[in-house]
Amino acid sequence: MYPSNFDYQRAASVADAIQKGSSDGAKFLAGGHSLLPALKLRLNEPESLVDIGRLDALKGISVSGSSVKIGALSTHAQIATSADVKKHAPALASACGQVGDPAVRNRGTLGGNLAHADPASDPPTVVLALGGKLHLQGSGGNRVVAAEDFFLDLFTTDLNPGELITAVEIPSIGQAKSAYVKMAHPASRYAVVGVCVVLEVSGGKCSKARVAVGGATPKATLSAAAANVLVGSSLDAAALDAAAKALTSDLSDVMGDVYAPEDYRRAMAGVYLKRAVRAALG
Amino acid sequence: MAAAEKIIGSRIKRREDPRLITGEAKYLEDIQLPGLLHAAILRSPHAHAKIKSIDTSKAAKHPGVVAVYAGKDFADVNPMPCAWQAGKVKNNVNTPRVLEIDRVTFTGAGIAVVVAEDRYTAQDALELIHVDYEVLPAVVDAEKATKSGAPQLHENAPNNIAVEWTCGTQDATDRALKEADVVVKQRMINQRLIPTPMETRGCIAQYQAATEEWTVWMTSQAPHVMRLLMTAFVFGVPETKMRVISPQVGGGFGAKIFLYPEYCLMAALSRKIGRPVKWMETRSENYIATTHGRDHITEIEVGAKRDGTITALKVNTYANLGGVLSTIAPGIPTTLYGRMLSGTYRIPNIFCHVYGVYTNTGMVDAYRGAGRPEATYVIERAVDLVAHELGLDPVAVRRKNFIPPEAFPYDPVILNGLKYDSGQYEKALDLALKMLGYENFRKEQAEARKQGRYLGVGFSSYVEICGVAPSAWIGLPGEGWGAGLWESANVRVHLTGKVVVTTGSQSHGQGHETSVAQVVAGELGISVDDVIVQHSDTLGTPFGYGTYGSRSTAVGTVAVYNSLQKIKEKAKLLGAHMLEAAPEDVVYEDGKVFVKGSPDQSKTIQEIAGAAALAYSLPAGMEPFLDNTSYYDPPNCTFPFGTHICVVEVDKESGEVKIKRYIAIDDVGKVINPMIVEGQVHGGIVQGVAQALWEGAVYDDNGQLLTGSLMDYAIPKADFFPTFETDRTETPTPVNPLGVKGAGETGTIASTPAVVNAVVDALAPFGVKHMDMPVTPPKIWRVLQGNGG
Ligand SMILES: Cc1cc2nc3c(=O)[nH]c(=O)nc-3n(C[C@H](O)[C@H](O)[C@H](O)COP(=O)(O)OP(=O)(O)OC[C@H]3O[C@@H](n4cnc5c(N)ncnc54)[C@H](O)[C@@H]3O)c2cc1C
Repeated sequence: MYPSNFDYQRAASVADAIQKGSSDGAKFLAGGHSLLPALKLRLNEPESLVDIGRLDALKGISVSGSSVKIGALSTHAQIATSADVKKHAPALASACGQVGDPAVRNRGTLGGNLAHADPASDPPTVVLALGGKLHLQGSGGNRVVAAEDFFLDLFTTDLNPGELITAVEIPSIGQAKSAYVKMAHPASRYAVVGVCVVLEVSGGKCSKARVAVGGATPKATLSAAAANVLVGSSLDAAALDAAAKALTSDLSDVMGDVYAPEDYRRAMAGVYLKRAVRAALG
Repeated sequence: MAAAEKIIGSRIKRREDPRLITGEAKYLEDIQLPGLLHAAILRSPHAHAKIKSIDTSKAAKHPGVVAVYAGKDFADVNPMPCAWQAGKVKNNVNTPRVLEIDRVTFTGAGIAVVVAEDRYTAQDALELIHVDYEVLPAVVDAEKATKSGAPQLHENAPNNIAVEWTCGTQDATDRALKEADVVVKQRMINQRLIPTPMETRGCIAQYQAATEEWTVWMTSQAPHVMRLLMTAFVFGVPETKMRVISPQVGGGFGAKIFLYPEYCLMAALSRKIGRPVKWMETRSENYIATTHGRDHITEIEVGAKRDGTITALKVNTYANLGGVLSTIAPGIPTTLYGRMLSGTYRIPNIFCHVYGVYTNTGMVDAYRGAGRPEATYVIERAVDLVAHELGLDPVAVRRKNFIPPEAFPYDPVILNGLKYDSGQYEKALDLALKMLGYENFRKEQAEARKQGRYLGVGFSSYVEICGVAPSAWIGLPGEGWGAGLWESANVRVHLTGKVVVTTGSQSHGQGHETSVAQVVAGELGISVDDVIVQHSDTLGTPFGYGTYGSRSTAVGTVAVYNSLQKIKEKAKLLGAHMLEAAPEDVVYEDGKVFVKGSPDQSKTIQEIAGAAALAYSLPAGMEPFLDNTSYYDPPNCTFPFGTHICVVEVDKESGEVKIKRYIAIDDVGKVINPMIVEGQVHGGIVQGVAQALWEGAVYDDNGQLLTGSLMDYAIPKADFFPTFETDRTETPTPVNPLGVKGAGETGTIASTPAVVNAVVDALAPFGVKHMDMPVTPPKIWRVLQGNGG
């Protein structure tokens, strides 16, 4: 509960943040709700914290064309209650509303959450299912990376040292239906398993589907196998059972712990997929 | 009834709350002293190891560090005492030292300390201490620890057995089991729990060399006992050399009853260094170094007649006590467990055999309920197992075996001389069933099952033991407690008529300041605002044994009541004198003394208190001032009871459990403040349900705590629960004049088996008859996988 020594620097601008964040042993500080617990347990001992919390350039939620752009510093609470997000990416609003507790939602940010890439986090699963893109800015310039390419492994992303997530861009789901459901760990409320589905339905049949799973695997994962079973079906009970089955056999690398062993998590991915589809169909 | 008397039994708001809610209350961490130093403790990362050497030289040179010590530097300080050893049997005692010297028996044992100008520096310097360990094989399971070939923790405890204890009648129980129509056997685990008060432990010690006196602030539920144990047993100095203060204490649940090494370490450090030293526990330390609770492995055999009459109960328990013994560890799984195994039932033959066992795990001692939750779990599961075996309704089996109201005082024999004081068990059950709508529920359950929804109902008709005292019963000649257990109070009515009560018990969330003031106001006929209640400082309060076992009201407040009667007697004498009446003609009513039948001519208690304090005119031989001190040693314990009912729905696919309803009928005797009692009941239910469904400390085979943080150890959250449906029956105890029994632990004691019984009932279609706690979704799912779910 007593971090080791570190320097604290407040970034004056995005460029300043990138410059300060590029030095050895530096880390960005956003909401602090993943970083500070790690510091307190001395699991992480950075030499300096670069506070990006006051950079207006990283704030705000806006809609342009057919996508919603969410500044990296938007808090879970802001996203959960944003009319724009609720309209264009309702599953993300719902997921952010299920993060931790009110204190966590009021401080924690989307950028920090995605950068941290905790396998038990909620937003990565949803950003992945929705086909989100991350806007990054570093000393080498700006780039846009699809969520599919951003998450590499347990707590590992495509971010370069000193590179910032500036915003997350999510294509509007339009007429598609979506839902995120999670089994919360009773201690931490992180996801034991979380499933997000995005479905296009026409004439009583599913014409397009994306299925993403988090919590169970080292990184949020898309399942084409499960989506394929759903597509063309009428999303009835039999189709859901089949999709669940496809999903549970499709998942590789499922994790287990004292609370939820590997086989349970795998099975729950299927159960929660069915719940997600039912929730999406309302 | 006079208006003022109604204050007893009224829901007035807790006077403690404004300071707690606004953050003005001063906890240990808020205390700052000039020259204060900060300590950080190096703890063993190994569960079982020899300490070959400790090199502190680098740490000592770290800037800001004042001193670094290891165990050998305190070889002159005695180990902690074990104050409650199991009665009438040999206890193989090993207790912690302020810092261990050459051996550790659990992960988290303190072995060195850094004292620095600030806490961060102290923490940094810990990393500079080098320890050479010889790691030894570990054992964490209490049953395995007793088997041959298990690692041995202590030379004086062969097979790691700290204590072997029995109660009841072995031969008769064996015979009755042989003769029973059915015998049900079950192995059950009462898992280890981590108490988790909001405030962790902490201590500040300040030593004054000139007078050789200490002032010690600590997070304790029993400051007087702490002083006694520290001075007389650990340091070997007169008790008068130490003042112990427990400031606002942020919850304890039992874990703050005990004398911990860190408290003595701070005292030893401040004596060595000559400056005050503070240690505030981190949550990580709290999880490994503060006592845990429960942790039993139990085999039971219940014998019954075909009609459901229970004829015998045989219980064999391995109680895990951890790597060393905490202050009252051996007393919990013996007296407070074995002697309560009859529950609310007439069971003619009971035999209980307990091994208290050392393992390479954290210390285990009293945790809210302490022994009685474990006993209640055994007996309330046993009743359901009998019902299941015989195809009877669990409610019917309870009714069949209840001790009837006319049988009180009832001697369950295994209580070793005490008797259940009073009870109306069926009445509480009936009220609970009515609230539930039992018959309807069974119909609803049957309907739901047809649709593939699994509802279950669980009952727990409990009795527990509170107001633990009678010194002769609990003490060395009886149950082995190394002291008496009476309580004390001093009541002073000041010149202005304001009343100051000091008590030897301690309040760390219970609301004593309110409920005691209610008793004073009610008895004296004054405003509750004219009473203040002081506690938690050995200076200025009479000796008392502290707060645990729901005893502060049934023992401590009775001492207050007794003092009030003596004060009223004296007020009557003085009032009569002031009224120029004969003492035998006056009465004390509603705060006034007057000649019976003439209330118009009266003297108020305020006037009388003034006269007593000024002492210008007192009856011959009367001493000035209205002041009385009482020491109350009750003739018996008290036995609250009731029925709790839980309704759950289990999701077949995921094993998730939803609590749909929770009904609690508690009979805690007379109630002083219903709101406080409800608060205690609610909090207790939450903790008890949490054991059933979520909490559980897990050590790996090497003795590493896998559930070492709040990220892994699932304490309950408010949204896990429905609104509780609570009510009471009120059966006053004849044991004390207030008729109060105790309300601090009933919820924890009753609720756990009610929930497990409900889950098992829900899963009955799958052939499930028992599940071990915590009954988590993954466990239920696994059971269903194997049972056609
Ligand atoms: C009690 C508790 C419960 C929680 N429960 C959940 C839950 O149920 N679900 C869930 O998803 N999460 C949960 N969280 C985590 C929470 O969502 C965090 O807020 C989030 O993971 C991190 O966001 P932050 O803004 O706090 O980041 P910080 O802690 O400040 O930073 C985290 C990491 O990201 C880096 N970083 C931050 N911002 C950026 C950026 N813009 N660009 C690049 N790198 C950046 C930091 O350098 C650091 O390495 C919980 C946290 C707590 C404390």
